[in-house]
Amino acid sequence: MGRNQEREHRTKQGLAGHRLLPVLLAGLFIVSLAIDRFELLDPYVQLIVMYIGINIILTVSLNLVNGYMGEFSVGHAGFMAVGAYTASFLTVKVLPVHLAAWFFPLAVIAGGLAAAAIGLLVAVPSFKTRGDYLAIVTLAFGMIVKSAVENIDALGGPRGFLGMEKLTSLPWVFFWVVFSLWVIRNLIYSNFGRGVLSIREDEAASALMSVNTKQVKVLAFAVSSFFAGIAGGLFAHLLQFINPRTFDIIKSTDILIMVYLGGIGSLAGSILGATVYTVILEVLRPLGVWRMVFMPLLLVILMLYRPKGITGLREFPWFIPFRDRLAGTLSREEGREP
Amino acid sequence: MMPILQLVDITHNFDGITAVADFNLLLGQNELAGIIGPNGAGKTTVFNLITGVYRATAGSISFAGTELVGQAPDRIAALGIARTFQNIRLFKELTVLDNVRIAHYSKVQYNPLEALFRLGGFHAEEEAVLEHSLELLALLKLDGYAAETAKNLPYGLQRRLEIARALATRPQLLLLDEPAAGMNPQEVARLLEFILWMHKEFNLTILLIEHQMHLVMNVCERLLVLDFGEMIAEGTPQEIQKNRRVLEVYLGEAPAS
Repeated sequence: MGRNQEREHRTKQGLAGHRLLPVLLAGLFIVSLAIDRFELLDPYVQLIVMYIGINIILTVSLNLVNGYMGEFSVGHAGFMAVGAYTASFLTVKVLPVHLAAWFFPLAVIAGGLAAAAIGLLVAVPSFKTRGDYLAIVTLAFGMIVKSAVENIDALGGPRGFLGMEKLTSLPWVFFWVVFSLWVIRNLIYSNFGRGVLSIREDEAASALMSVNTKQVKVLAFAVSSFFAGIAGGLFAHLLQFINPRTFDIIKSTDILIMVYLGGIGSLAGSILGATVYTVILEVLRPLGVWRMVFMPLLLVILMLYRPKGITGLREFPWFIPFRDRLAGTLSREEGREP
Repeated sequence: MMPILQLVDITHNFDGITAVADFNLLLGQNELAGIIGPNGAGKTTVFNLITGVYRATAGSISFAGTELVGQAPDRIAALGIARTFQNIRLFKELTVLDNVRIAHYSKVQYNPLEALFRLGGFHAEEEAVLEHSLELLALLKLDGYAAETAKNLPYGLQRRLEIARALATRPQLLLLDEPAAGMNPQEVARLLEFILWMHKEFNLTILLIEHQMHLVMNVCERLLVLDFGEMIAEGTPQEIQKNRRVLEVYLGEAPAS
């Protein structure tokens, strides 16, 4: 096969699913609208589906830092709290009640931006040094957020904050899930994303290959925090009640488990991890407190037998942009030296 | 001879231990020079000082007119200095192609926001990065492995990929840290040809550290000998072979003449 012919052939291979995915997503969005409008799904099932969606956003955003970039952040629930409280405060205290539904998307975005801003504050000093430092800083950050909120009366203190209307709906969750996956996919398959991956592989070598590692780390952390904030806003307007304990270390651990269960450095893994974990937790609800024995055990077994998670560093082909998918099909045999 | 790299009185201390002392080096454009010396003489430290991994305690390093001391490694790499490592440091879990593509980082103009919306020069630049990477891989006869994970390559090819990755930054100056380490004589002979070819093909200035005398003596136009952080000799390979102090360092006592 000539070089052009081969390229054409590979193009056809690479195209599988390329045009189908947007159509599929549009279809699913219409379905989610219909379910919401005509109550086609059992409310309990709908609630679980929305939890899965919110967990996907949390998982994929933490995966950016922990999976793709190989750093270890353990305070994701803290950023979620920032988003949840910011968005809730806006819809309940700032915006007029009859307009809240219209401004809900903006409130959620404001929550994301607030979380991203705090994320920048955490990232800039944390990334000055390497290694476990980020874990310690983010751990402390989670605790600071919790005790800060507990001491702010305007946010309800330890009693929690309520008064939100149930503004989070299936179509909104679906939209934000797709948006977060799309953003992270487009960033990963770009110059910036290659920088993120190279930091995981070997940070020193990465800098010596001209990657501006400081900038890459800070930006990745800000994007990750942004989506944690978005998930927080959606979560608050689904549950209609939040309190500081909702966002404690257990919640952060849940998100960590979903990342490592599904697969580090993988969008498909994030979806899988969030879905499997959320469903298992629901199924095991009758076990009560024993759930908390079962889940860590699952994690230990997972780390022993599948340390990179279910999909571990692999990606569902449809999620890979065209050019990179083509690159993945480059000849593996021809042109090799004997 | 146009100087491209100049080290003036470079000194580096690790917690009071002097690794490099008053080191001077003048490297001309397109020169192919080597640094030799016993283990622990401070050869790799010199590379780490040039590339910004360490910051010199005293002295100055100028590259094509720019002062390098105090600059971050990624800036120095972007200015046109690339290197390989004594013990291979590839991005192991990534493909051969991605290893090379990453090294284009500083040359890419579009920003993350443009990447997000696939706007600006995104597609054109990505296409160019891909083309250049494949071209390099083909030149280095690695194109058959583009989609292979780097860690799965045989040892010799991993070394070559490291060089390909370094070349992808489009350097003017290439620093090779023991490129022949772990190679058998046939492989060393091929590496020798390869370095000479690369020197011409990419119009490079090359500075290499090596223990394999056969390679150094046949490839380098000029040699510097380091011992305990100090330069003890400098000259053509022929001169170095006859230098008394060098013989002392390598053989202990100088043979009676």
